[in-house]
Amino acid sequence: MNADGTLHRVLYIDLTRRRSEVRERPELFRDGLGGTGAAIRLLDEECPAGADPLGPDNPIIMAVGPLVGLFPLASKTVAMFKSPLTGNLGESHAGGRSAVAIRSAGYGALVIRGASATPVYLSVDAHGARFRDASALWGMRSSATVGTVIRSREAGAGVRSIMRIGRAGEQMVRFACVITETYRHFGRLGLGAVFGAKKLKALVVSGRRDIPVPDRKAYRDAYDAVYHAAVDSPLMKKYHDLGTAINVLPLHAAGALPTRNLQSGQFEGAEAISAEALASGYLGRRVACTHCPVACVHLAMLRLPYPHDPYFYKTLMIGYDHEPVYAMGSLLGVGEPAGLLRLLDAAEIHGFDVMSAGVALAWATEALARGLITLADTDGLALAFGDAETYLAALSRIVSQPTDFYRALARGTAHAAAVYGGADFALAFGGNEMPGYHTGPIGHLGYLVGARHSHLDNAGYSVDQKIAAKGEHLTPEQAAETLLEEERWRQVLTSLVICLFARGVYDLATVIRTLAAAGVETTADALAATGAETLRRKFAFKRREGFDAAAMPIPRRIVETPSPAGPFDEEYIRRGIAHYMARL
Amino acid sequence: MVKRLSVIDTERCVGCQSCMFACVRRTGHGGLGGACIGVRSAGGIRRGFLVVVCRACADPPCSKVCPVDALPARPGGGVRLKSELCIGCGNCARACPFGAIFWDDAADKPLVCVYCGYCADYCPYQVIALEDVAPEVIP
Ligand code: SF4
Repeated sequence: MNADGTLHRVLYIDLTRRRSEVRERPELFRDGLGGTGAAIRLLDEECPAGADPLGPDNPIIMAVGPLVGLFPLASKTVAMFKSPLTGNLGESHAGGRSAVAIRSAGYGALVIRGASATPVYLSVDAHGARFRDASALWGMRSSATVGTVIRSREAGAGVRSIMRIGRAGEQMVRFACVITETYRHFGRLGLGAVFGAKKLKALVVSGRRDIPVPDRKAYRDAYDAVYHAAVDSPLMKKYHDLGTAINVLPLHAAGALPTRNLQSGQFEGAEAISAEALASGYLGRRVACTHCPVACVHLAMLRLPYPHDPYFYKTLMIGYDHEPVYAMGSLLGVGEPAGLLRLLDAAEIHGFDVMSAGVALAWATEALARGLITLADTDGLALAFGDAETYLAALSRIVSQPTDFYRALARGTAHAAAVYGGADFALAFGGNEMPGYHTGPIGHLGYLVGARHSHLDNAGYSVDQKIAAKGEHLTPEQAAETLLEEERWRQVLTSLVICLFARGVYDLATVIRTLAAAGVETTADALAATGAETLRRKFAFKRREGFDAAAMPIPRRIVETPSPAGPFDEEYIRRGIAHYMARL
Repeated sequence: MVKRLSVIDTERCVGCQSCMFACVRRTGHGGLGGACIGVRSAGGIRRGFLVVVCRACADPPCSKVCPVDALPARPGGGVRLKSELCIGCGNCARACPFGAIFWDDAADKPLVCVYCGYCADYCPYQVIALEDVAPEVIP
């Protein structure tokens, strides 16, 4: 049990009736810890079978966990919903100030139900939710301006989170994201479209309550251990110095950096868009999520001239990470930093999941080259690898959707390929677009079996890299076992809710110790059982909504383009999937 | 010599708020409620951060406007809160040009820095430091 009762409070917000109420739900946090574990239970309760992801029945759940607000690196919020991109389980995590704001407002979770008839934004604090008219904010070109406006209208500077959508969310682009604190995102699986369908432009949460702990000294001691592990040890140095984009060059060198829609695993422009090059030429500021001393968020400073006004410039601050650099860089053949940064900025302004948007454009580029689509479909845009200018125009078209083709593309890569062909090179797994690692069969197996079809579900890409370094080989069954064990443990971390980059700091003993300091007594066995049960529930939801692992398409491209792991075949992956599902 | 908290360089601040958590943890709690130091964006995160701390004024305006002498000036700079005298009028918070007097809503009393420097030990980027109040600012 948790010593602090406020984690048990769930704020239910009804957009249709414009009412909110708090319910005490201690059992959710006892059985599921918080985060993922609490959210899947709430999703089960709230989401009727077969719900339309863009209908009022689809709930939005946001949950935090027992370590949030108490320990460093417990900095994430878990969002759950039915995904409009995959039509199945939607789960997306974001940091920024969101997690600490929700806990400090006195809640363990928020449940947003129904839909508003007119644009609205929500302002949540210790007293519940207020419904504010957002009709003037609807249709604004830039998601950043929406943040600026709300910042000046709402209280709680410094202890609030402003989560908002851009035009992509309003237009219900199935891979629209929700932006929080400008540079963090609920990126994956289309939460932005769910906001848009509910006419929910933004969600502001603020609070500054303190959190009691049972034993001050034990709390401070446990805190210091985690803090020093994070700042003094080399564990997190990798993300601290160059940020996650540090992966770009090694992946390129290994042949694992998806390039030009994965026609290759090596990109001749990798050097120019590497973390090293971006840091030396563009890095302008480092930023952290609340309660994260590591500060992995890297902002590039880009000065752009106005083409027709000499001596007028604008200076943009643009966040970059490995996945965005892959998706708008190597995957699109864009090896010029300014072009890449402008694409990342556009994705932010429109409010796209930058990974899905990059994959969709890469597929469209190849589809155009192969004659599956025409210039009439693309509204005259001659999409070509390396041509950032045309991709900028295409991103706007995915929002404005001037042709049937863009309407199809706005529903995701898998959908567009189902309509126009080219499934062999449509880089989607379970309907979700591919992450930036072509490390070998276990990475791809991981995307397919992962509950979110994300590389963060089970880190198969890292298994590929580890066994390659040791010169080992795993059978598909062994690989599936390794992934399953990892994915189960990650349910624990994402229930607490720890940033997955900090998984090395939060080993089992540290998790037990910090939980005890937070008033939650547990054991290794109990945690393992909770992780397994949470994963089981996620898959029960997926099956209920029609998930069929054996029927998942596997794009041929992934077995055709050489990976560092050497050749592998679809059979390997199918066997891995079958074993994973049987062992769940 | 008396100490005060000094902001060395806000441009290095990453906005992690580790300092705010430290301030609260010093009193034996978690969370952000009760922090006597404030970090917020300087108009959006892209512009960086403001770090608001009590600068231990030699002639503190907050002290002068307290109607019940609950915030006597500390010799050498800064103030000490005498909580039992405070009537919660909020004059001090309004008088501080930096907004460095925070507010405890539950108790309806100010939250004032005690110049202990605990927060500075947890700033990973050396943005803040405990230092001696320079003699020349003392009248
Ligand atoms: S701990 Fe340092 S870097 Fe973090 S918010 Fe405070 S002053 Fe800024």
